[in-house]
Amino acid sequence: MRQGNRLKTLLALFASFVTTPSVAMTLIHTEKSLYRNIVVYEEDEQRCMSFTRHNQTARQTCRSLSDPNQFVFSYTKMMMGALYLNPNPGKILIVGLGGGVLPMALAELVPDAGIDIVEIDPAVVKVARQFFGFNPNPKIRVFEEDGRVFVKRAGKADQRYDLIMLDAFDHEYIPEHLLTREFLLEVKALLAADGILAANTFSSSRLYHHESTTYQSVFGVFYNLRLKLKNRVILAKMDGLPSLDAIQRNAGLLEEKLKPLGFGGDWLVPLFSTERDWNPDARILTDQYSPSNLLNSAF
Amino acid sequence: MVHRLFIFLIAGWSGFFVMAIELLSGRILAPNFGNSIYVWGGIITVFMLALSVGYLLGGRLSLYDPTLRRLALLLIGGAFATVLVIFLADPVLDWVFDRVQDPRYGSLLSATLLFFIPTTVAGMISPYAVRLLVNESRLSGHFAGLLYFCSTFGSAAGTLLTSFYLVLYFEIHQILAGLTGISLLLGLAAIFLGNFKNAPR
Repeated sequence: MRQGNRLKTLLALFASFVTTPSVAMTLIHTEKSLYRNIVVYEEDEQRCMSFTRHNQTARQTCRSLSDPNQFVFSYTKMMMGALYLNPNPGKILIVGLGGGVLPMALAELVPDAGIDIVEIDPAVVKVARQFFGFNPNPKIRVFEEDGRVFVKRAGKADQRYDLIMLDAFDHEYIPEHLLTREFLLEVKALLAADGILAANTFSSSRLYHHESTTYQSVFGVFYNLRLKLKNRVILAKMDGLPSLDAIQRNAGLLEEKLKPLGFGGDWLVPLFSTERDWNPDARILTDQYSPSNLLNSAF
Repeated sequence: MVHRLFIFLIAGWSGFFVMAIELLSGRILAPNFGNSIYVWGGIITVFMLALSVGYLLGGRLSLYDPTLRRLALLLIGGAFATVLVIFLADPVLDWVFDRVQDPRYGSLLSATLLFFIPTTVAGMISPYAVRLLVNESRLSGHFAGLLYFCSTFGSAAGTLLTSFYLVLYFEIHQILAGLTGISLLLGLAAIFLGNFKNAPR
Protein backbone atom coordinates (compact mmCIF):
# COMPACT_ATOMS: atom_id res chain seq x y z
CA MET A 1 0.00 0.00 0.00
CA ARG A 2 2.71 2.43 1.01
CA GLN A 3 4.68 1.27 -1.96
CA GLY A 4 1.70 2.03 -4.19
CA ASN A 5 1.33 5.52 -2.77
CA ARG A 6 4.97 6.22 -3.21
CA LEU A 7 4.80 5.04 -6.80
CA LYS A 8 1.82 7.31 -7.41
CA THR A 9 3.67 10.28 -5.95
CA LEU A 10 6.69 9.54 -8.08
CA LEU A 11 4.55 9.24 -11.18
CA ALA A 12 2.84 12.50 -10.37
CA LEU A 13 6.18 14.22 -9.86
CA PHE A 14 7.46 12.77 -13.08
CA ALA A 15 4.34 13.84 -14.94
CA SER A 16 4.57 17.35 -13.53
CA PHE A 17 8.12 17.45 -14.73
CA VAL A 18 7.76 16.20 -18.30
CA THR A 19 4.51 17.98 -18.97
CA THR A 20 4.20 21.66 -18.28
CA PRO A 21 3.86 22.67 -14.63
CA SER A 22 3.09 26.28 -15.41
CA VAL A 23 0.88 27.46 -18.19
CA ALA A 24 3.35 28.30 -20.86
CA MET A 25 6.56 26.44 -20.17
CA THR A 26 8.15 24.77 -23.15
CA LEU A 27 10.89 22.25 -22.74
CA ILE A 28 13.65 23.02 -25.24
CA HIS A 29 16.42 20.64 -24.36
CA THR A 30 17.68 18.30 -21.69
CA GLU A 31 21.25 17.25 -21.16
CA LYS A 32 22.66 14.73 -18.74
CA SER A 33 26.14 15.30 -17.40
CA LEU A 34 28.39 13.68 -14.85
CA TYR A 35 27.20 16.20 -12.31
CA ARG A 36 23.57 16.95 -12.95
CA ASN A 37 20.65 17.06 -15.32
CA ILE A 38 20.51 20.27 -17.27
CA VAL A 39 17.15 21.46 -18.52
CA VAL A 40 16.61 24.31 -20.97
CA TYR A 41 13.10 25.67 -21.14
CA GLU A 42 11.21 28.75 -22.21
CA GLU A 43 8.66 30.51 -20.10
CA ASP A 44 7.27 34.07 -19.96
CA GLU A 45 9.44 35.31 -22.79
CA GLN A 46 12.53 33.93 -21.11
CA ARG A 47 14.83 31.06 -21.89
CA CYS A 48 16.27 29.48 -18.78
CA MET A 49 18.88 26.89 -17.90
CA SER A 50 18.21 24.97 -14.75
CA PHE A 51 19.84 22.13 -12.90
CA THR A 52 17.45 19.57 -11.50
CA ARG A 53 18.07 18.12 -8.10
CA HIS A 54 15.62 16.02 -6.10
CA ASN A 55 12.79 16.94 -8.44
CA GLN A 56 13.30 20.60 -7.72
CA THR A 57 14.77 22.91 -10.26
CA ALA A 58 17.32 25.55 -9.55
CA ARG A 59 17.43 28.20 -12.24
CA GLN A 60 21.00 28.96 -13.19
CA THR A 61 20.59 31.37 -16.04
CA CYS A 62 17.76 33.07 -17.82
CA ARG A 63 17.87 35.21 -20.92
CA SER A 64 15.09 37.45 -22.03
CA LEU A 65 13.93 36.38 -25.51
CA SER A 66 12.54 39.76 -26.44
CA ASP A 67 15.59 41.68 -25.21
CA PRO A 68 18.54 39.27 -24.96
CA ASN A 69 20.90 41.90 -23.60
CA GLN A 70 18.79 42.62 -20.57
CA PHE A 71 19.76 40.86 -17.36
CA VAL A 72 17.00 38.77 -15.85
CA PHE A 73 18.54 38.04 -12.45
CA SER A 74 19.34 40.62 -9.82
CA TYR A 75 22.54 38.88 -8.87
CA THR A 76 24.08 39.31 -12.32
CA LYS A 77 23.35 43.03 -12.09
CA MET A 78 24.90 43.09 -8.65
CA MET A 79 28.02 41.28 -9.95
CA MET A 80 28.41 44.06 -12.51
CA GLY A 81 28.87 46.34 -9.52
CA ALA A 82 32.48 45.16 -9.71
CA LEU A 83 32.90 47.63 -12.57
CA TYR A 84 32.06 50.47 -10.16
CA LEU A 85 35.29 49.55 -8.36
CA ASN A 86 37.29 49.38 -11.58
CA PRO A 87 35.49 50.30 -14.83
CA ASN A 88 38.22 48.89 -17.05
CA PRO A 89 39.70 45.54 -15.95
CA GLY A 90 42.25 44.18 -18.45
CA LYS A 91 42.18 40.52 -17.47
CA ILE A 92 39.12 38.83 -16.01
CA LEU A 93 38.65 35.37 -14.50
CA ILE A 94 35.18 33.92 -13.96
CA VAL A 95 34.76 30.71 -11.95
CA GLY A 96 31.48 29.06 -12.99
CA LEU A 97 29.97 29.63 -16.45
CA GLY A 98 26.23 29.01 -16.18
CA GLY A 99 24.68 30.26 -19.43
CA GLY A 100 27.60 32.60 -20.04
CA VAL A 101 25.58 35.74 -19.39
CA LEU A 102 28.29 37.41 -17.31
CA PRO A 103 31.22 36.87 -19.71
CA MET A 104 29.19 37.87 -22.77
CA ALA A 105 28.05 41.08 -21.08
CA LEU A 106 31.58 41.86 -19.89
CA ALA A 107 32.93 41.29 -23.40
CA GLU A 108 30.48 43.95 -24.64
CA LEU A 109 31.21 46.40 -21.84
CA VAL A 110 34.98 45.96 -21.71
CA PRO A 111 35.86 44.95 -25.29
CA ASP A 112 39.60 44.99 -24.67
CA ALA A 113 39.46 42.61 -21.72
CA GLY A 114 40.77 39.05 -21.93
CA ILE A 115 38.28 36.79 -20.18
CA ASP A 116 39.12 33.35 -18.81
CA ILE A 117 36.31 31.15 -17.58
CA VAL A 118 36.61 27.95 -15.56
CA GLU A 119 33.67 25.57 -15.70
CA ILE A 120 33.83 22.06 -14.31
CA ASP A 121 31.00 20.65 -16.39
CA PRO A 122 31.57 20.28 -20.16
CA ALA A 123 27.82 19.79 -20.60
CA VAL A 124 27.16 23.28 -19.20
CA VAL A 125 29.61 24.73 -21.72
CA LYS A 126 27.87 22.86 -24.52
CA VAL A 127 24.41 24.03 -23.48
CA ALA A 128 25.61 27.62 -23.01
CA ARG A 129 27.00 27.64 -26.56
CA GLN A 130 24.01 25.96 -28.13
CA PHE A 131 21.16 27.73 -26.40
CA PHE A 132 22.46 30.91 -24.77
CA GLY A 133 24.61 32.45 -27.46
CA PHE A 134 27.79 31.95 -25.51
CA ASN A 135 30.61 32.25 -27.97
CA PRO A 136 34.21 31.63 -26.91
CA ASN A 137 36.95 33.19 -29.01
CA PRO A 138 40.63 33.96 -28.47
CA LYS A 139 39.64 36.70 -26.01
CA ILE A 140 37.06 34.57 -24.20
CA ARG A 141 38.58 31.27 -23.22
CA VAL A 142 36.90 28.43 -21.38
CA PHE A 143 38.78 25.92 -19.28
CA GLU A 144 36.84 22.79 -18.43
CA GLU A 145 38.20 21.90 -15.04
CA ASP A 146 37.72 22.30 -11.32
CA GLY A 147 37.96 25.95 -10.25
CA ARG A 148 40.24 25.19 -7.32
CA VAL A 149 42.69 23.29 -9.49
CA PHE A 150 42.73 26.08 -12.09
CA VAL A 151 43.31 28.79 -9.49
CA LYS A 152 46.12 26.85 -7.84
CA ARG A 153 47.87 26.21 -11.17
CA ALA A 154 47.43 29.82 -12.33
CA GLY A 155 48.92 30.97 -9.03
CA LYS A 156 51.94 28.72 -9.46
CA ALA A 157 52.36 30.09 -12.99
CA ASP A 158 52.39 33.62 -11.50
CA GLN A 159 49.39 34.85 -13.45
CA ARG A 160 47.43 37.93 -12.42
CA TYR A 161 43.85 39.06 -12.99
CA ASP A 162 42.35 42.50 -12.54
CA LEU A 163 38.93 41.09 -11.77
CA ILE A 164 37.98 37.67 -10.44
CA MET A 165 34.34 36.67 -10.29
CA LEU A 166 33.30 33.67 -8.22
CA ASP A 167 29.99 32.36 -9.47
CA ALA A 168 30.11 28.66 -8.69
CA PHE A 169 27.43 28.53 -6.01
CA ASP A 170 23.69 28.42 -5.96
CA HIS A 171 21.30 28.31 -3.05
CA GLU A 172 21.14 24.54 -3.03
CA TYR A 173 24.66 23.34 -3.50
CA ILE A 174 28.05 24.76 -2.65
CA PRO A 175 31.33 23.20 -3.79
CA GLU A 176 32.82 23.17 -0.30
CA HIS A 177 36.44 23.43 -1.41
CA LEU A 178 35.58 26.75 -3.09
CA LEU A 179 34.42 28.33 0.13
CA THR A 180 37.44 28.12 2.41
CA ARG A 181 39.98 30.59 3.68
CA GLU A 182 42.75 28.74 1.83
CA PHE A 183 40.91 28.94 -1.50
CA LEU A 184 40.23 32.65 -1.05
CA LEU A 185 43.91 33.19 -0.24
CA GLU A 186 44.79 31.44 -3.50
CA VAL A 187 42.31 33.71 -5.31
CA LYS A 188 43.79 36.76 -3.59
CA ALA A 189 47.28 35.76 -4.71
CA LEU A 190 45.98 35.75 -8.31
CA LEU A 191 44.69 39.31 -8.09
CA ALA A 192 46.69 42.26 -9.40
CA ALA A 193 47.83 44.90 -6.90
CA ASP A 194 44.59 46.83 -7.49
CA GLY A 195 42.53 43.75 -8.39
CA ILE A 196 38.83 43.29 -7.65
CA LEU A 197 37.02 40.29 -6.26
CA ALA A 198 33.31 39.77 -6.91
CA ALA A 199 31.64 36.77 -5.34
CA ASN A 200 28.07 35.67 -5.85
CA THR A 201 26.98 33.69 -2.85
CA PHE A 202 23.43 32.72 -2.15
CA SER A 203 23.40 32.07 1.49
CA SER A 204 20.60 33.27 3.66
CA SER A 205 21.06 30.50 6.22
CA ARG A 206 23.46 30.36 9.13
CA LEU A 207 26.18 29.74 6.55
CA TYR A 208 25.88 33.50 5.90
CA HIS A 209 27.77 34.26 9.10
CA HIS A 210 30.55 31.74 8.42
CA GLU A 211 30.89 32.89 4.84
CA SER A 212 31.14 36.51 5.98
CA THR A 213 33.86 35.94 8.56
CA THR A 214 35.77 33.79 6.06
CA TYR A 215 35.74 36.47 3.34
CA GLN A 216 36.57 39.15 5.87
CA SER A 217 39.53 37.19 7.22
CA VAL A 218 41.04 37.20 3.72
CA PHE A 219 39.89 40.46 2.13
CA GLY A 220 39.21 42.71 5.09
CA VAL A 221 36.34 45.18 4.72
CA PHE A 222 34.18 44.55 1.65
CA TYR A 223 31.06 45.96 0.03
CA ASN A 224 28.20 43.67 0.88
CA LEU A 225 25.34 43.88 -1.61
CA ARG A 226 22.19 42.21 -0.35
CA LEU A 227 18.76 42.02 -1.87
CA LYS A 228 15.66 40.53 -0.29
CA LEU A 229 17.80 38.30 1.98
CA LYS A 230 18.36 35.97 -0.96
CA ASN A 231 20.95 37.40 -3.24
CA ARG A 232 24.28 38.40 -1.92
CA VAL A 233 27.30 39.72 -3.75
CA ILE A 234 30.62 40.48 -2.07
CA LEU A 235 32.89 43.08 -3.67
CA ALA A 236 36.44 43.62 -2.42
CA LYS A 237 39.48 45.46 -3.72
CA MET A 238 43.09 44.56 -3.06
CA ASP A 239 44.40 48.08 -2.43
CA GLY A 240 41.52 49.20 -0.24
CA LEU A 241 37.84 49.78 -0.81
CA PRO A 242 36.98 52.92 -2.84
CA SER A 243 34.69 55.39 -1.10
CA LEU A 244 31.00 55.56 -1.92
CA ASP A 245 31.72 58.85 -3.68
CA ALA A 246 34.13 57.09 -6.02
CA ILE A 247 31.54 54.34 -6.57
CA GLN A 248 28.95 56.99 -7.40
CA ARG A 249 31.36 58.64 -9.86
CA ASN A 250 32.12 55.38 -11.67
CA ALA A 251 28.42 54.56 -11.73
CA GLY A 252 27.86 57.85 -13.53
CA LEU A 253 30.55 57.04 -16.09
CA LEU A 254 29.05 53.59 -16.74
CA GLU A 255 25.42 54.65 -16.74
CA GLU A 256 24.93 54.66 -20.52
CA LYS A 257 26.84 51.40 -21.03
CA LEU A 258 24.89 49.54 -18.38
CA LYS A 259 21.47 50.79 -19.46
CA PRO A 260 20.90 48.04 -22.07
CA LEU A 261 21.39 45.49 -19.28
CA GLY A 262 18.33 46.87 -17.58
CA PHE A 263 19.64 48.74 -14.57
CA GLY A 264 21.56 51.78 -13.50
CA GLY A 265 23.33 53.41 -10.62
CA ASP A 266 20.09 54.55 -8.99
CA TRP A 267 19.23 50.90 -8.40
CA LEU A 268 22.67 49.45 -7.75
CA VAL A 269 24.58 52.10 -5.76
CA PRO A 270 22.17 52.11 -2.78
CA LEU A 271 22.88 48.40 -2.33
CA PHE A 272 26.55 49.11 -1.56
CA SER A 273 27.08 48.72 2.16
CA THR A 274 29.97 48.01 4.48
CA GLU A 275 27.72 47.47 7.46
CA ARG A 276 28.41 44.26 9.34
CA ASP A 277 25.20 42.27 9.65
CA TRP A 278 26.69 38.94 10.67
CA ASN A 279 27.99 37.33 13.81
CA PRO A 280 31.73 38.16 13.97
CA ASP A 281 32.40 35.05 16.06
CA ALA A 282 31.15 32.61 13.43
CA ARG A 283 33.79 29.96 12.83
CA ILE A 284 35.95 30.65 9.75
CA LEU A 285 35.67 28.01 7.03
CA THR A 286 38.97 26.33 6.17
CA ASP A 287 40.16 23.29 4.23
CA GLN A 288 40.13 21.60 7.62
CA TYR A 289 36.62 22.71 8.49
CA SER A 290 34.22 23.24 5.58
CA PRO A 291 30.76 21.73 6.19
CA SER A 292 29.19 24.47 4.06
CA ASN A 293 26.29 22.44 2.76
CA LEU A 294 25.40 21.21 6.25
CA LEU A 295 25.55 24.78 7.54
CA ASN A 296 23.42 25.89 4.60
CA SER A 297 20.70 23.34 5.24
CA ALA A 298 17.73 24.24 7.35
CA PHE A 299 18.67 22.03 10.28
CA MET B 1 33.90 -14.94 25.71
CA VAL B 2 35.34 -11.51 26.49
CA HIS B 3 38.07 -12.21 23.95
CA ARG B 4 35.55 -13.09 21.28
CA LEU B 5 33.58 -9.91 21.92
CA PHE B 6 36.76 -7.92 21.75
CA ILE B 7 37.77 -9.43 18.43
CA PHE B 8 34.37 -8.48 17.01
CA LEU B 9 34.78 -5.01 18.45
CA ILE B 10 38.16 -4.61 16.77
CA ALA B 11 36.73 -5.79 13.44
CA GLY B 12 33.81 -3.37 13.75
CA TRP B 13 36.10 -0.51 14.68
CA SER B 14 38.40 -1.31 11.80
CA GLY B 15 35.44 -1.06 9.41
CA PHE B 16 34.47 2.28 10.96
CA PHE B 17 38.05 3.51 10.71
CA VAL B 18 38.48 2.67 7.02
CA MET B 19 35.31 4.42 5.88
CA ALA B 20 35.92 7.48 8.05
CA ILE B 21 39.41 7.81 6.53
CA GLU B 22 38.07 7.25 3.02
CA LEU B 23 35.55 10.07 3.37
CA LEU B 24 38.15 12.39 4.86
CA SER B 25 40.57 11.56 2.08
CA GLY B 26 38.13 13.18 -0.35
CA ARG B 27 38.36 16.34 1.74
CA ILE B 28 42.13 16.12 1.96
CA LEU B 29 42.55 15.79 -1.82
CA ALA B 30 39.97 18.44 -2.84
CA PRO B 31 42.18 21.54 -2.42
CA ASN B 32 44.65 20.15 -4.96
CA PHE B 33 42.55 18.02 -7.27
CA GLY B 34 38.95 19.18 -6.79
CA ASN B 35 36.12 16.86 -5.87
CA SER B 36 34.97 15.72 -9.27
CA ILE B 37 33.70 12.21 -9.79
CA TYR B 38 37.13 11.07 -10.96
CA VAL B 39 38.76 12.18 -7.73
CA TRP B 40 36.34 9.95 -5.85
CA GLY B 41 36.97 7.25 -8.44
CA GLY B 42 40.70 7.42 -7.71
CA ILE B 43 40.14 7.32 -3.96
CA ILE B 44 37.74 4.38 -4.03
CA THR B 45 40.04 2.46 -6.37
CA VAL B 46 42.97 2.89 -4.01
CA PHE B 47 40.96 1.89 -0.95
CA MET B 48 39.54 -1.21 -2.66
CA LEU B 49 42.96 -2.26 -3.93
CA ALA B 50 44.54 -1.69 -0.53
CA LEU B 51 41.82 -3.68 1.22
CA SER B 52 42.19 -6.55 -1.25
CA VAL B 53 45.92 -6.68 -0.63
CA GLY B 54 45.29 -6.42 3.10
CA TYR B 55 42.90 -9.39 3.05
CA LEU B 56 45.53 -11.42 1.25
CA LEU B 57 48.30 -10.48 3.67
CA GLY B 58 46.13 -10.83 6.77
CA GLY B 59 45.02 -14.32 5.77
CA ARG B 60 48.58 -15.29 5.06
CA LEU B 61 49.85 -13.89 8.33
CA SER B 62 47.22 -15.85 10.26
CA LEU B 63 49.04 -19.06 9.30
CA TYR B 64 51.89 -18.21 11.64
CA ASP B 65 51.15 -18.41 15.34
CA PRO B 66 48.08 -16.14 15.42
CA THR B 67 47.42 -14.29 18.69
CA LEU B 68 45.13 -11.54 19.92
CA ARG B 69 48.25 -9.60 20.77
CA ARG B 70 49.36 -9.60 17.16
CA LEU B 71 45.92 -8.54 16.01
CA ALA B 72 46.25 -5.63 18.42
CA LEU B 73 49.63 -4.76 16.92
CA LEU B 74 48.04 -4.61 13.45
CA LEU B 75 45.48 -2.16 14.80
CA ILE B 76 48.17 -0.01 16.37
CA GLY B 77 50.33 -0.19 13.23
CA GLY B 78 47.40 1.04 11.10
CA ALA B 79 46.88 3.90 13.53
CA PHE B 80 50.49 5.01 13.22
CA ALA B 81 50.35 4.85 9.42
CA THR B 82 47.27 7.09 9.60
CA VAL B 83 48.72 9.66 11.94
CA LEU B 84 51.51 10.14 9.38
CA VAL B 85 48.87 11.44 6.96
CA ILE B 86 48.41 14.50 9.21
CA PHE B 87 52.04 15.48 8.69
CA LEU B 88 52.65 14.19 5.17
CA ALA B 89 49.44 15.27 3.40
CA ASP B 90 50.46 18.82 2.44
CA PRO B 91 54.00 18.09 1.20
CA VAL B 92 52.89 14.95 -0.66
CA LEU B 93 49.91 16.69 -2.30
CA ASP B 94 52.03 19.65 -3.38
CA TRP B 95 54.74 17.36 -4.68
CA VAL B 96 52.25 15.42 -6.80
CA PHE B 97 50.44 18.62 -7.91
CA ASP B 98 53.69 20.01 -9.32
CA ARG B 99 54.44 16.84 -11.25
CA VAL B 100 51.12 15.48 -12.46
CA GLN B 101 48.94 17.80 -14.56
CA ASP B 102 45.92 15.55 -14.97
CA PRO B 103 43.86 15.63 -11.75
CA ARG B 104 42.71 12.04 -12.37
CA TYR B 105 46.20 10.61 -12.08
CA GLY B 106 47.17 13.23 -9.53
CA SER B 107 44.43 12.11 -7.18
CA LEU B 108 45.13 8.44 -7.87
CA LEU B 109 48.81 8.85 -7.08
CA SER B 110 48.20 11.01 -4.00
CA ALA B 111 45.62 8.61 -2.61
CA THR B 112 48.07 5.75 -3.15
CA LEU B 113 50.95 7.52 -1.41
CA LEU B 114 48.89 8.65 1.55
CA PHE B 115 46.28 5.97 2.13
CA PHE B 116 47.45 2.69 0.63
CA ILE B 117 49.47 1.54 3.62
CA PRO B 118 47.00 2.42 6.42
CA THR B 119 44.14 0.84 4.45
CA THR B 120 46.13 -2.29 3.66
CA VAL B 121 46.90 -2.76 7.35
CA ALA B 122 43.22 -2.20 8.21
CA GLY B 123 42.29 -4.85 5.62
CA MET B 124 44.55 -7.41 7.31
CA ILE B 125 42.43 -7.35 10.43
CA SER B 126 39.32 -9.21 9.26
CA PRO B 127 40.87 -12.45 7.95
CA TYR B 128 43.26 -12.52 10.88
CA ALA B 129 40.34 -12.10 13.27
CA VAL B 130 38.46 -14.99 11.60
CA ARG B 131 41.39 -17.25 12.36
CA LEU B 132 41.31 -16.25 16.04
CA LEU B 133 37.58 -16.90 16.29
CA VAL B 134 37.32 -20.25 14.53
CA ASN B 135 38.33 -23.38 16.37
CA GLU B 136 36.31 -25.95 14.46
CA SER B 137 35.67 -25.91 10.74
CA ARG B 138 31.93 -26.57 11.24
CA LEU B 139 31.60 -23.06 12.73
CA SER B 140 33.89 -21.25 10.31
CA GLY B 141 31.08 -19.89 8.12
CA HIS B 142 29.13 -18.80 11.17
CA PHE B 143 32.03 -16.82 12.57
CA ALA B 144 33.03 -15.42 9.22
CA GLY B 145 29.45 -14.20 8.78
CA LEU B 146 29.40 -12.57 12.21
CA LEU B 147 32.70 -10.93 11.52
CA TYR B 148 31.63 -9.55 8.14
CA PHE B 149 28.54 -8.25 9.87
CA CYS B 150 30.56 -6.39 12.50
CA SER B 151 33.10 -5.05 10.07
CA THR B 152 30.60 -3.85 7.47
CA PHE B 153 28.21 -2.51 10.11
CA GLY B 154 31.17 -0.56 11.48
CA SER B 155 31.85 0.77 7.97
CA ALA B 156 28.25 1.97 7.68
CA ALA B 157 28.48 3.69 11.05
CA GLY B 158 31.83 5.29 10.16
CA THR B 159 30.45 6.62 6.89
CA LEU B 160 27.33 8.09 8.45
CA LEU B 161 28.88 9.60 11.56
CA THR B 162 31.77 11.15 9.67
CA SER B 163 29.78 12.71 6.86
CA PHE B 164 26.73 13.78 8.87
CA TYR B 165 28.26 14.91 12.14
CA LEU B 166 32.02 14.74 12.65
CA VAL B 167 32.84 17.18 9.82
CA LEU B 168 30.33 19.62 11.26
CA TYR B 169 32.08 19.84 14.61
CA PHE B 170 35.73 19.00 14.07
CA GLU B 171 38.65 19.75 11.78
CA ILE B 172 39.91 16.95 9.57
CA HIS B 173 43.12 16.58 11.54
CA GLN B 174 41.19 16.45 14.81
CA ILE B 175 39.04 13.63 13.44
CA LEU B 176 42.12 11.77 12.18
CA ALA B 177 43.79 12.17 15.58
CA GLY B 178 40.64 10.98 17.34
CA LEU B 179 40.36 7.90 15.13
CA THR B 180 44.02 7.11 15.73
CA GLY B 181 43.57 7.55 19.48
CA ILE B 182 40.65 5.13 19.62
CA SER B 183 42.63 2.57 17.61
CA LEU B 184 45.54 2.91 20.04
CA LEU B 185 43.29 2.48 23.09
CA LEU B 186 41.56 -0.56 21.60
CA GLY B 187 44.93 -2.03 20.63
CA LEU B 188 46.41 -1.53 24.07
CA ALA B 189 43.32 -3.02 25.70
CA ALA B 190 43.59 -6.05 23.40
CA ILE B 191 47.26 -6.51 24.29
CA PHE B 192 46.29 -6.39 27.95
CA LEU B 193 43.56 -8.98 27.39
CA GLY B 194 45.87 -11.09 25.25
CA ASN B 195 48.19 -11.59 28.21
CA PHE B 196 45.63 -13.74 30.02
CA LYS B 197 46.07 -17.47 29.82
CA ASN B 198 42.84 -18.30 28.05
CA ALA B 199 43.51 -15.85 25.23
CA PRO B 200 42.96 -17.27 21.74
CA ARG B 201 45.97 -19.22 20.57
